[in-house]
Amino acid sequence: MKTPDDTVIAASLADATFRAYREAVIRLPPDVLRVIRKAAAAETNPVACGEFVNILKNVNEAERLGVPMCQDTGVPVVYLTLPPDVPLTRDLYEGVAEGVRRATREIPLRPNVVDPLSRHNTGDNTGPGMPAIHIHPGEKFTVTVLPKGAGAENVSAITMLLPSHQYGIEGFIVETMLKAEGRPCPPVILGVGIGGTFDGATALAKEALLLPVDEMTSFEQKICTSVNLLGIGPMGLGGDTTALAVKVKTAGCHTASLPVAVNIQCWANRHATVEVKR
Amino acid sequence: MTPQVIQLHTPLGKEVLGLHAGDHVELSGTVYTARDEAHIRMQVEGIPFDPVGAAIYHCGPVIKDNKVIAAGPTTSARMNDLSGFLIEKGARAFIGKGGMGALVRTQLKNRGVYLAFTGGCAALASSHMTVQGVFFEDLGMAEAIWAIELDHLPLVVGIDAHGNDLFDKVMQRAKEEYTRISKEGNPVGTKI
Repeated sequence: MKTPDDTVIAASLADATFRAYREAVIRLPPDVLRVIRKAAAAETNPVACGEFVNILKNVNEAERLGVPMCQDTGVPVVYLTLPPDVPLTRDLYEGVAEGVRRATREIPLRPNVVDPLSRHNTGDNTGPGMPAIHIHPGEKFTVTVLPKGAGAENVSAITMLLPSHQYGIEGFIVETMLKAEGRPCPPVILGVGIGGTFDGATALAKEALLLPVDEMTSFEQKICTSVNLLGIGPMGLGGDTTALAVKVKTAGCHTASLPVAVNIQCWANRHATVEVKR
Repeated sequence: MTPQVIQLHTPLGKEVLGLHAGDHVELSGTVYTARDEAHIRMQVEGIPFDPVGAAIYHCGPVIKDNKVIAAGPTTSARMNDLSGFLIEKGARAFIGKGGMGALVRTQLKNRGVYLAFTGGCAALASSHMTVQGVFFEDLGMAEAIWAIELDHLPLVVGIDAHGNDLFDKVMQRAKEEYTRISKEGNPVGTKI
């Protein structure tokens, strides 16, 4: 049974989703901008330097004009954090969807969501199971929007390694980037999920993209260095920076399994978090 | 740090034959957007603009009130098998992202070039563009052919008219490097 409270919460959530979407597609998070600037300053390949100049000018233009930084405004991936006093109801899902529809109309976003088989476009970036909503318990009521473009998503990959082949983790990640070539719009950020289940590893890989990218563990740094030895560079035109960062998330897994998932993200690692007003 | 930039203006002529893969250029003048659907339609109904010296931009723009809102490049490889007729009719340049493969590389020899624009730079692109007109509007906004006036759009020569292909060269090296680091010691494969 729907209470007046549920309706109010859904409306606030729709508003917060809209604002998070707008922020995400127009402005890069500060940590992402920092690693792009750092890589641009260190780049030695003249063609790659030109690509970095364009990327940084583009980021400025998007903010100045208040328009999306890329015309592929992605599909909506949404993370909700619910405090103890907010019940998980169907209204929450509807609130997020309403925020996505409003964002599509008003920002505007490119309508990207279609039926997978008929390819019919819904026109408002929603559909069965879309937005993709992930819910976690927490202290504050927040919504995070991570718009995910197709170029980088299409070259992401998962493997189920033998537990005795732990040494193959790095090789799989480097090979995934080699096969991706310039298609995911490098310099990329690699979200890596290790462990969990077949589906869980891919969810971890995507969540890893939300971690701060201006710090890496020695394990992440080691993989990042190997990926950059490939020299694919910005847009596949060659250069020192193929990956800006590698971020790893792990979960417990079966003693007979070692799932490894790589979710590739283009240089525009767009995401924004907004607290839901109550 | 700042590389030398070569200025180009449409309609393009033989000056593009002297360009080399890796050269930075700025392109001004009219270009025509075209994606998969427009290429197919042009092969059936003919090219609705003068193709001699033309530059074709692989792009599905967002246009609002006759203004370019966002117009970054799309993946050119989708047009790999659809582009030969444009070169035959006199087009001198393709603009897009990701490169175009061996067939187009051969077709462009002594005829034209592929110019790469930075993927994702939709806002930057729109600030260098003015809408002039539209053909095949019934294909929808993204697939229609938009005639767009460019003002010094910054591009890099990805494939030149001598058969040099920067994308191909980079991937050949990447594959060699991958083979090398896979064999040597084991940098690709470290214990946690």
